Amino acid sequence: MVNKITVGHVHMSGCTGCLVSLADNYEGLFKILDDYADLVYCLTLADVRHIPEMDVALVEGSVCLQDECSVREIKETREKAKVVVALGGCAAYGNVTRFCRGGQWNQPQHESFVPIGDLIDVDVYLPSCPPGAEAIRNVCVMAYLLLQGTDEQKALAAAYLTPLMNLAKRGTEACGCDLMYDIINQGLCMGCGTCAASCPVRAITMEYGRPNIDREMCIKCGACYAQCPRSEFSFDVINQFEGIMEAIDGAMGKGGE
Amino acid sequence: MVLGNYKTAVSARAADADILKCSQDGGIVTQLFTYALEEGIIDGAIVAAPGDEPWKPEPIVATTKAELLAARGTKYTISPNMMLIKEATRSYGLDKVGIVGTPCQMQALRKAQLYPMAMRKVPDKIALAIGIFCMENFPYMGLETIVEDHCQTKMESAVKMDIGKGKFSVYTERGALSQIPLAATHKYEQPGCHVCLDYVANLADVSTGSVGSPDGWSTVFVRTKKGEDVWSKAIAAGYFETKDIASVKPGLDLVTKLATGKIDKNKKTLEARATLGVNKGLRNPYI
Repeated sequence: MVNKITVGHVHMSGCTGCLVSLADNYEGLFKILDDYADLVYCLTLADVRHIPEMDVALVEGSVCLQDECSVREIKETREKAKVVVALGGCAAYGNVTRFCRGGQWNQPQHESFVPIGDLIDVDVYLPSCPPGAEAIRNVCVMAYLLLQGTDEQKALAAAYLTPLMNLAKRGTEACGCDLMYDIINQGLCMGCGTCAASCPVRAITMEYGRPNIDREMCIKCGACYAQCPRSEFSFDVINQFEGIMEAIDGAMGKGGE
Repeated sequence: MVLGNYKTAVSARAADADILKCSQDGGIVTQLFTYALEEGIIDGAIVAAPGDEPWKPEPIVATTKAELLAARGTKYTISPNMMLIKEATRSYGLDKVGIVGTPCQMQALRKAQLYPMAMRKVPDKIALAIGIFCMENFPYMGLETIVEDHCQTKMESAVKMDIGKGKFSVYTERGALSQIPLAATHKYEQPGCHVCLDYVANLADVSTGSVGSPDGWSTVFVRTKKGEDVWSKAIAAGYFETKDIASVKPGLDLVTKLATGKIDKNKKTLEARATLGVNKGLRNPYI
């Protein structure tokens, strides 16, 4: 493939779970690296010390305000990347790092962790803890089509990424409560159960057809809100689900048997 | 697009007499899942099984014909079937998942497949999604009010509930039939249904419902390649009796009329929501 895009994985205060999720595409990751993207920066997988220019930066983790290096790196990422993706709950919404209070060995002063969107403009959010391997794959394929595809592919990729870009515009806070505020309070919930399925910590149960959120367990990863069909639903994209899934399978070298 | 994309539409009913005995109409969902389970097309299916309280369904992962049979028939209240979509692939370890659901649940399913943010291992494991026609749904207490207060029937003595021909009907175990005009049930509908723009489960692999076909038969839309593959094999194996949809009364005209009615009414609801306040409105999930 000629015009590969360049992708970097920028590691802020996260647990590496998002990177593991990227790797969980197994041979799919090789396909992405062979045909669509060069990994130009990645603390664990590429021997590069300084954040280079790149098309897409996948940022994992929140920013520790007491860590100069983190603050500098997130700003540098914004300056050097065309598209910044908040990969996972910590980068998008703070996730478990929202509950940090500092005072711990060996950097007791490290106490304030903010989602990257509090310091820089973010283009695309990919919430959940961690984001599904397939979701990361889809965003990589769509980012490739957006930057290198035909006009038709560019239009599809833009339409596909729109809901994730809208999430980035919506704000840097999300948790189970958003189901209450934006779905149930707004008279939109129809009790499908998707939120309960999507919660990585099983904080959501369904009671009489409505989600019941255990707020002590909620880690603020934003998965339930993002996955809810009534938080955002694009007829333009989702009605073409069969074709899009075939196209992604095709791009990943699957299907066609 | 009122009826969604489809490859074929037929009127059909299950060939299995056991399934027809307690099915809602043509027994399409139970029969098709039974066939898919026997043939290894699915490893199990998420269906609405009887719950703790009478007529309060609970989603389960059915892996046997007996479990599918126990879940036959429509329950007119919420069954959060999507709740088990990840559980089915993870805790149950299914590689090929069947799921039945309302149009909104099919929307949720396809969004989960295209945007699997918190749906690891789900997208490629959906082997057969069957959608059911749906005008609206009732919260459990709403259904209880309709059945017990309006129809004067105890929930536990009802053996079947049905909506059709402008009426809500409850059949009891002693053979009594209690009917009220459907109009009397409208105020108990769940509000979330009033923004739904899909009557016939456009996004399912196969969708089915009674409307358009004679009593005891169901209208079936075969929509996707997956759906067509399973449906044609099931027909070839003799699992269904079918009739040309053009030859039955009232046929697709009635389906189109009801679907158009739902879409028009709910589009008006969406418009009204946009200006509900003073220079303010409520969210539109589609924009």
